[in-house]
Amino acid sequence: MPRYRSPVFPFVRPPELDGRAGRRWPVAIVGAGPVGLAAAIDLALAGIASVVIDESNVVSTGSRAICWSKRTLEIFDRLGVGDRMVAKGVTWKVGRLFHRDREVYAFDLLPEPGHKRPAFINLQQYYVEEYLIDRARDFPDLIELRFMSRVTDAGQDPDCAWVDVETPEGKYRLAADYVIACDGVRSTVRRSLGLDFIGRAFEERFLITDVEMAVEFPSERWFWFEPPFHDGQSALLHKQPDNIYRIDLQLGSGADPEEERRPERVIPRIRAMVGERPFEVDWISVYSFQCRRLARFVHDRVIFAGDSAHIVSPFGARGGNGGIQDVDNLCWKLATVLKGEGPPALLETYNTERVHGADENILNSARATSFMTPKSRMEHLFRDEVLALASTHPFARQLVNSGRLSRPCSLAGFSLGTAETSDLGGTMVPGAPCLDAPVRGANGEDGWLLDHLGGSFIALGFGALASTPPGVRGLTVGGSGDLQDPQGLLAARYDGAPSVVYLIRPDQHVAARFREPTVAEISRALARAQGSSNA
Amino acid sequence: MTDPTLTTTWNLGTDGDDLYARLMAAHEGLTDDESARLNVRLVLLLMNHIGDRAVLEEAIAAARPSRPEPTNAT
Repeated sequence: MPRYRSPVFPFVRPPELDGRAGRRWPVAIVGAGPVGLAAAIDLALAGIASVVIDESNVVSTGSRAICWSKRTLEIFDRLGVGDRMVAKGVTWKVGRLFHRDREVYAFDLLPEPGHKRPAFINLQQYYVEEYLIDRARDFPDLIELRFMSRVTDAGQDPDCAWVDVETPEGKYRLAADYVIACDGVRSTVRRSLGLDFIGRAFEERFLITDVEMAVEFPSERWFWFEPPFHDGQSALLHKQPDNIYRIDLQLGSGADPEEERRPERVIPRIRAMVGERPFEVDWISVYSFQCRRLARFVHDRVIFAGDSAHIVSPFGARGGNGGIQDVDNLCWKLATVLKGEGPPALLETYNTERVHGADENILNSARATSFMTPKSRMEHLFRDEVLALASTHPFARQLVNSGRLSRPCSLAGFSLGTAETSDLGGTMVPGAPCLDAPVRGANGEDGWLLDHLGGSFIALGFGALASTPPGVRGLTVGGSGDLQDPQGLLAARYDGAPSVVYLIRPDQHVAARFREPTVAEISRALARAQGSSNA
Repeated sequence: MTDPTLTTTWNLGTDGDDLYARLMAAHEGLTDDESARLNVRLVLLLMNHIGDRAVLEEAIAAARPSRPEPTNAT
């Protein structure tokens, strides 16, 4: 299997360089990584035009973000790229934990059937970016991709945000109603606005590599504490497509990153792990963990998403997945505001909801990092004895922390949700991300609930649905409705007795749920979910 | 302040001396490192057995010296 070769995206001379006023963009997106590209596509699906500006002309080097969670795949489905990602990716749901040379336990992340998407796929970030770029090209009138265009400065005036762009053929300033900064951990936009991260940095260094070898390890996540083949505290093995394996090795806090990056240092470490089988090292990186974020993600007309807003340690797959959930949360709100269907204050709920999501990711990844890098003798003893107890006492297995893998973030209790007045059971409370379930369409075709949700507000009605307010698409289940529930899982997961109605946000989160609501009740919940403060 | 839930009155009946001696006996002949590991395992086993967050929070607070904990503990 040949190693990945990125397509090369040409520089196209923009009109601004010839003194012509470029168009006034509703949205300028800085950074064509997974987050920026997903944002452009999500906005285009809502009919909003954007320009994406990126300094490179190729996709990501090295695998970088590889574990894409079920929730991210559901969002990718909504964006129209899920099938391609899953077809190429390595599907996995089992993780195995080893301590020294023995297996402590194994876990299954998706023990329940009746969901379209698996718990995780592994897919190199370069594929994700390539597929998103291909998808963005489906919207030539709504998405303009500008490569080899480096943002050097950014700012805003009361009526617009702007970025200064440097290209091989000159510089120009581009104005937009909003700028979304998706320019990563070293964000130029963040620096231009004089904003700093708050939070913790960890001293510990990690070596992260892509290794190509023709072996068939199972599609599982293997994690070692005190591995027998490596003198550091931990090791991780993850299978990716094309016979590429991701190997992470913990180096300790004294490691010299420049020295450890040299192939002469790396190859013996990999050899000790994989034995005498032939392999090639594709990519090497050395990093230390940070668990930090901006105090706020929304600064008037400049909005931060992904690593420019928050960074976490990678154990838990919460970086890339957190960024895609940012996009999912932000874009329908931005489209609502730009179309004049909701107040600018709606954007503030992106700030509160995704700061909450980032804090959840930071908390979980900081705890995993602490477990992996005990900082005192006593912390070390506790860590070791948790591992020792885990082989004989099942309770202790749940204390072992090699990364609490990304789960969809619940927005229960936040302002866009309508407080419950019904006695409905189950977990689909206002703010919850919608659970999937198998459904059958009107023509008898089998499908999945989540493929019918999203993009606009939807009233999901069990049994009859009297009528829906303007701006809400009705979707009925059962009887002569739009969907049937062949296995009864939809009703079970949504406590879906006849006359139960869910109002569902464009990002597939529950906004409200009722028994036998009036149209006025649904209208009030809709107004509230669109940021109307007096709803 | 809610009512304390950690039992701090005598709760060992007539077994106190026996149990204290049992605990000391368990440490006999162990190195300091082995003793520390025994204590750690005991804490983990009892923490899981108790399984009550409020009780455990109180016990941790009662056991810790009065110096404040660092605020960035996660």
